[in-house]
Amino acid sequence: MIYVAFFAGAIGAVGGAIAVIAMRNPFYSVLALVIHLVALAGLFLLLYAQFIAAAQIVVYAGAVMVLYVFVAAYVGAVEEPLWEPIPGQRFLAPMLAAALLVELAIAILGTGLSAIDSGGPTLPGGFGTPNQIGHLLLEQFLVVFEAASMLLLVAAVGAVTLAARSRKRDEPDRARETPA
Amino acid sequence: MTVTWYVVLSAVLFAIGAGGVLIRRSPLVILLCLELMLNAGNLALVAFSRAHGNAEGQVFALIVMVVAACEVVVGLGLIVAMYRRRLTLNVDDMRSLKG
Amino acid sequence: MSPTAWGWLVLGFPLAGFLVNAFGWRVMRGRTAGWIATIAIGLAFVCAIGATVSLLGHSESDREVTSSLWTYASAAGLDIKIGILVDPLSAFMILVVSGVSTLIHLYSVAYLDSDRGYSRYFAYLNFFVFSMLLLVLAGNFVLLIIGWAFVGFASYALISFWYRRETATKAGMKAFVINVIGDVGLVLATFFIFRELGSFDYLTVFREVPQHFSTNSGVLIAICLLLLVGAFAKSAQLPLHTWLPDAMEGPTPVSALIHAATMVTAGVYLIARMYVLFEQAPTAADISAFIGLATLIFAATCALAVTDLKRIIAYSTISQIGYMIVGVSIGAYAAGMFQLMTHAFFKALLFMAAGSVISAMAGTQDINRMGGLRKAMPITSKLMIIGALALAAFPFMSGFFSKDEILGYAIHRGGFYVIFAIGGYFAALLTAFYAFRIIFRVFWGKPVPEAQELEHGHLAHAPPENPLTGEEEDTDVGFPGEEHHIAERDWPMWLAMSVLGFLSIFGGVVEIPGLDNVVENFLAGSFLDSKLYENLPTVAADWGGLALGGLISIVGISLAYFAYVRRPGTTAALIRRFGPLYKLFVNKWYFDELYDAVIYRPLLAVGRFCNDVVERVVVQGIVAAAVDVVRGVGVVVRGAQSGFVRAYALLLIGGFAALGLYFLIAAH
Repeated sequence: MIYVAFFAGAIGAVGGAIAVIAMRNPFYSVLALVIHLVALAGLFLLLYAQFIAAAQIVVYAGAVMVLYVFVAAYVGAVEEPLWEPIPGQRFLAPMLAAALLVELAIAILGTGLSAIDSGGPTLPGGFGTPNQIGHLLLEQFLVVFEAASMLLLVAAVGAVTLAARSRKRDEPDRARETPA
Repeated sequence: MTVTWYVVLSAVLFAIGAGGVLIRRSPLVILLCLELMLNAGNLALVAFSRAHGNAEGQVFALIVMVVAACEVVVGLGLIVAMYRRRLTLNVDDMRSLKG
Repeated sequence: MSPTAWGWLVLGFPLAGFLVNAFGWRVMRGRTAGWIATIAIGLAFVCAIGATVSLLGHSESDREVTSSLWTYASAAGLDIKIGILVDPLSAFMILVVSGVSTLIHLYSVAYLDSDRGYSRYFAYLNFFVFSMLLLVLAGNFVLLIIGWAFVGFASYALISFWYRRETATKAGMKAFVINVIGDVGLVLATFFIFRELGSFDYLTVFREVPQHFSTNSGVLIAICLLLLVGAFAKSAQLPLHTWLPDAMEGPTPVSALIHAATMVTAGVYLIARMYVLFEQAPTAADISAFIGLATLIFAATCALAVTDLKRIIAYSTISQIGYMIVGVSIGAYAAGMFQLMTHAFFKALLFMAAGSVISAMAGTQDINRMGGLRKAMPITSKLMIIGALALAAFPFMSGFFSKDEILGYAIHRGGFYVIFAIGGYFAALLTAFYAFRIIFRVFWGKPVPEAQELEHGHLAHAPPENPLTGEEEDTDVGFPGEEHHIAERDWPMWLAMSVLGFLSIFGGVVEIPGLDNVVENFLAGSFLDSKLYENLPTVAADWGGLALGGLISIVGISLAYFAYVRRPGTTAALIRRFGPLYKLFVNKWYFDELYDAVIYRPLLAVGRFCNDVVERVVVQGIVAAAVDVVRGVGVVVRGAQSGFVRAYALLLIGGFAALGLYFLIAAH
């Protein structure tokens, strides 16, 4: 039973990921990412991380992705030219990604870490519940919690500044950058 | 079902995300691929948290989510600004760093 | 105060004078710089007297006093101190140097008035006196070399004093180059001495030499010959003499001071100071004496023919220094130093008088254009005659006692040393003749226009020009000033000349054989270990030599009188008769042409080759190639900075993959 759940989630995640990088239309890529995120939430559930799974759906897939959808709609479809200006990029990129994967796989599979080979210890009840996460956040990781909120504030202010309107409405502020 | 499966899956997702960053040219899609990589990291964190029986990994994953959100916000703001200023949304056309 | 304390003061005053003049030249008006310099040297002279008196307070065998201010270098076996040695020899030298320098400074105060470089002149002059005193007072070889080099520089600076005159700058360079050859010899000799004996200090070296070296050992002869190279370059002996006649391009007081009384005597001082080495290597001493003899005859012949007034006197200097070199090389140390003193007196006097004459002639130095100045310049002519009489060793003048004492000693030593006496007396005849050649040509005969003008009280004027080439000049800085000063009108000039005139006449009384031997007795304290010093001729032999010398001098003067006054035209007839010989003399035996062909031109060709081939092709080629290589590498590496963000990301991930690979391999 657990295998079925795992493979469902895994296929959803990998499929969504491949769809993200393969789709021409960015809008479709965004949708593919949403599917990927939902599949990941399912995997989190398998790992006894209920709160994280919920946060993933609500925050990530719910808020951040909606943001992406807005911008994709605003910006519209981008025609990516077929020709690749950087020599060797088309060939090297998949190669290097594959190399990275192979190295990581070797590292993981060849490792002598015992914990990784087992299913893990029997977990206490309440592991991964919002209760426990809340306790941890507000007791042990309070400073981290506060710092994270600071970060959010800074990001929000920064985004507003960056996307602010220029003096003259919607006219270019600078000359186009000339392709070098 | 050992933890190894989850970590291998995380590696696969990370590699896919990395390849996407290198291949695609639209800034929006590049940001999406970055999200892929971040989520792969999250998956690995949660898996290890399960393996150790320690919930601190989940808190770490939560904070990673927060950071990812911030980064998305700023990145999208940049894209909007670029679009506003009639710049091309093609990463290859920005070559001021050419030396 | 101890002798060395006086010694440090003797060095301090000229140095202070130099610094004051060098840094304060802007604020000094009129003759201030001159008076400051003169007073500084005057004080040095007073301190020299103090040092001598203090030294006389020591017992006869304890008159070598040293003192050191600080250690200059003390590492790896070297131990060099800034130390001076005050003993009778150096006390004698500083008396002569500071005394004559004071008088020459006094003379210069008036002579160079109106020159735009007045303060610079006195700064250089003070620096020169400081360097000369340093050379003489040095207590070790290193300080000697320092003083030697400084003196060479001061000579260069003063010869090229009128620096916009091309002949002057060339002469300065020539003097400096030849001086450097001498410096090299001196430095090499010092290296050898250090290698053999391990010390630079005079007293230590002099003590060790007789024990360390056998008589006439090869190394010692080599050391002495190298010292001689230095001495001959500084004292303008064959073959390193060519710079001195050209050095007459400097102002006349400079010629008087440096190239007559002091710097050129440094070589004589060196040989006398190093007597221990020379007595241990008699071969080298004999070589030195022979070169001195050759020089003195050679220079006398040139002085017979040359027509520039200052250059005649310059050749006379070379010749007289030849006498001194012979003297100190054959062992007549006291006589040689005595000759040094008297020569300083009358040669400085002659130069000063020549300066006055040249001023009266509005800058001309050619004696063919001079004549009959006796009536117009009474003071100058009388003093110049006194100088010439002393030079010619006329009986009972100072030169008489000094020069002929050397020759008497030569006869006394016997053997082949008699050659020096014969050569010396022959040259004495020539000396008397050319000394009065000057006098009779300049002061007797029909007065030339400048003389007639001066008789009427008006100093002649002419547009400023180079006396050698006739090139036009102006009187701004770098050229002589517009006013000319003669002794009859400027009191500093005739005062200085009169003192020297007095000394030229009566300077000989300190060393009359049989009566007193002041110089000899005084200097004995420096030559305690000498085998030759005590070996002196008898009084009768001395007087015999003196009588012969006096007779020769009178004969020479009479011949000159006959040739120039009684029967003018005699010399013209002689020139016609001995044409080739005359040509040889007037062209100074073609030494300059020889050096030009053998040394100068080949070196110039080598230099040109080096510039064209080595410099341009090899050096520049290598440098350009290095630049090109670096530039090429840069172009290649720059390819990585494409500006594409994705390319950078590719490199990033590629690097990460490579790192991972490394760690994976390393873990196994």
